[in-house]
Amino acid sequence: MSAITSLNVADFEARYPDVFNPSILKRFMPLIIGAGVVLYVIYCWWFFSIGTVLASGQWQRAEIYARDWVSYAIRTTVRMGAEGTTISYPRFSELGDNPKSDWAIKQGNDVTITFGTGKSLQITPTQVIATRGSEKLLVLIEPDGAKPQGALPDWASLKEDQVTVNFGFAGTADIIPERVVVSRRFFGWANFVFDTASPFWNKSLGEVASMIVSGERIKPEMSNAELAFDNIWYNSSWQHGDVWTKLLQTIVMAFVGTLLATLVSFPLAFIAARNIMPNFFANQITKRFFDFLRSVDMLIWALFFTRAFGPGPLAGISAIFFTDTGTLGKVYSETLENIDDKQREGVKSVGAAPVNVQRYGVLPQVLPVFASQALYFWESNTRSATIIGAVGAGGIGLKLWEAMRTNTNWHNVAYMVVLILAVIFIFDSISNALRSRLMGKQQ
Amino acid sequence: MSRANSTELTPEGIEIERHWQELASRRRAYSWLIGIGLLIAVTGSLWFANDSNAGKFFDRLPHFFDFAGDLVPRDGWEVWRALFDLPSPYFDGSLKFDYPEGRVYIFSGLYIPEYFYKMLETLNIAIISTLVGAFFGFLLCFLAAKNLVKSKLIRFAARRYMEILRAFPEIVIAGFFAAILSLGPIPAMFAVGIHTIGALGKLFFEVVENADMKADEGLRAAGANWFERVGFGIVPQVMPNFMSYALLRLEINVRASTIIGAVGGGGIGEELRLSIGRGHQAKTLAIILLLLATIIAVDQFSAWLRRRLVGNQAFAFGGKQS
Repeated sequence: MSAITSLNVADFEARYPDVFNPSILKRFMPLIIGAGVVLYVIYCWWFFSIGTVLASGQWQRAEIYARDWVSYAIRTTVRMGAEGTTISYPRFSELGDNPKSDWAIKQGNDVTITFGTGKSLQITPTQVIATRGSEKLLVLIEPDGAKPQGALPDWASLKEDQVTVNFGFAGTADIIPERVVVSRRFFGWANFVFDTASPFWNKSLGEVASMIVSGERIKPEMSNAELAFDNIWYNSSWQHGDVWTKLLQTIVMAFVGTLLATLVSFPLAFIAARNIMPNFFANQITKRFFDFLRSVDMLIWALFFTRAFGPGPLAGISAIFFTDTGTLGKVYSETLENIDDKQREGVKSVGAAPVNVQRYGVLPQVLPVFASQALYFWESNTRSATIIGAVGAGGIGLKLWEAMRTNTNWHNVAYMVVLILAVIFIFDSISNALRSRLMGKQQ
Repeated sequence: MSRANSTELTPEGIEIERHWQELASRRRAYSWLIGIGLLIAVTGSLWFANDSNAGKFFDRLPHFFDFAGDLVPRDGWEVWRALFDLPSPYFDGSLKFDYPEGRVYIFSGLYIPEYFYKMLETLNIAIISTLVGAFFGFLLCFLAAKNLVKSKLIRFAARRYMEILRAFPEIVIAGFFAAILSLGPIPAMFAVGIHTIGALGKLFFEVVENADMKADEGLRAAGANWFERVGFGIVPQVMPNFMSYALLRLEINVRASTIIGAVGGGGIGEELRLSIGRGHQAKTLAIILLLLATIIAVDQFSAWLRRRLVGNQAFAFGGKQS
């Protein structure tokens, strides 16, 4: 019996009609679903006019914004005139009040700006020579505009009287009559620890340490260590103090919200569980109450409490507390309904009081599960707390959103994202470790 | 045997009981320590939260009740009028009661009330981003499954990639795309969709790893290549679970797109935020009612479909969800 004869085939077909001759609906179900999905996508394309929005999006900005996450640009202007060239920096430059740089050097009447190896600008009062690798571009400065000589390489462009030279990541330069505007880009975050107003700014770690340990008091009213901390905490461009306070608010919101929700939903779950509270109305009322709390979304609660308590973490705590009392209550009561009844019966049979039946017959079974679920919600609430913060319910969300809306502070966004990811990662690990200890290996 | 009824213990018994007492008291001490620690943490946290809040808890509590009291509608029809955008007898020229700008006319005279249209927008954001997320999650999950991909490198890359998509705060993705595409539903779609890829991809590959490999073995014996093995051996068995998880995700995404909407993604979330902020009580209640009905309807529909797809196991709670 190694080959199937035609008789067998007919046999099989007769025996399993629904496999070989399924109904038309069943046969074309995948096709119908697929066609439905395609139609739906087309409908959404039209509904949101996705095509137009995507086409009118300013995608060239995406690269600039993404670059701003990890780098910063220093702007400088080189002015040319009859009296020679001068280098100037904007008033609030990253280089401080007295800016000096080793990439913009003035020698006599000429200025040389280097953009890394093989890339440079040589600026004299009448002309600019841009070098990128083996290619060179000579731009003559005339009163009616910058005049590039010869063919433009693909890294330079001419627009009216202005020549823009692009050195890739290292920066760009706009050559305009009488001045060259340079944007020189560097990796990293500028002035992350001390801002330019701080006396510790631009000092090496060793210098700062020796100033703190043995230096003279810079400000008579406080020690240097205090001053250093103060300078870091109130760093004007990074606002470490504010960011960390807001981050702590987010953490607190998730922690207190989840803990209170656990404490409140714990006794309520016993009332909602059918097998523990044999009263139909009490069960139903508690369960519908949980459903209500859960279905009125966290957002609604957040907006509601923001309006009531004013913006801040109290609103966030309340929102998480209300939503999660519902969710945890539901989960807890379902866990309680699935417990093994034998232990309860055992405790009941020796004549224990009702409270003791719950304490010794039920609690030991469910407590690890309850704790594990609470930990799980704590961890996921840390993520949600970031988002509801953006509507005003406290925490780092609003700060993050505001930093993004300015479109120029992407480095601050990157900083906060790194902090949030670190917090989520740490809490994730703690919660996972605790949960696997509570639940044993099977989780 | 004579000791069976006596309360005296053998020396070994006394030893055991002493041990037990020791263990119990140590456990009690730990419980107390944890309890006290939590109490201190909560007190500190609450103090900090109250201190850094714009309004203090006990100062604001009366306002809270005022606010809740203001929400009570003046007559039974007020909320329905706001919901269906019908003319209100309290109309005083402000936007508080009538709000005709938001109507979406299909024909002259026949229009969709604004809130229904906005709700539809939010629902569409949720559905389309679930579809997109499920599609890419589906493509990615097979690369992350241990039983299908032998190369550790590919698996590692796929898993980390999904992890990054999942962990990245949605609001940052929304903000980034809002900067490029300007505020609106499409950044919200990107944000929710990208998060969904990561979240569903993880659930999907766990399902794939638990799949029965006998079908795969048979196909391999018949000389099938990798795509045929996945397509005919794995996909048919995991599809119900995949659909179930995608539906579960849809429930979460309806909520997520409401929240992102409130931050600036359009849809009903934004309406709700504006309405609460401006003190339009009847409208606020109407929107909450609509949201509540929609969320419950989506949850019920998804629960029904999931029960049909995978039976009651869809409702077992564990660390696996979300």
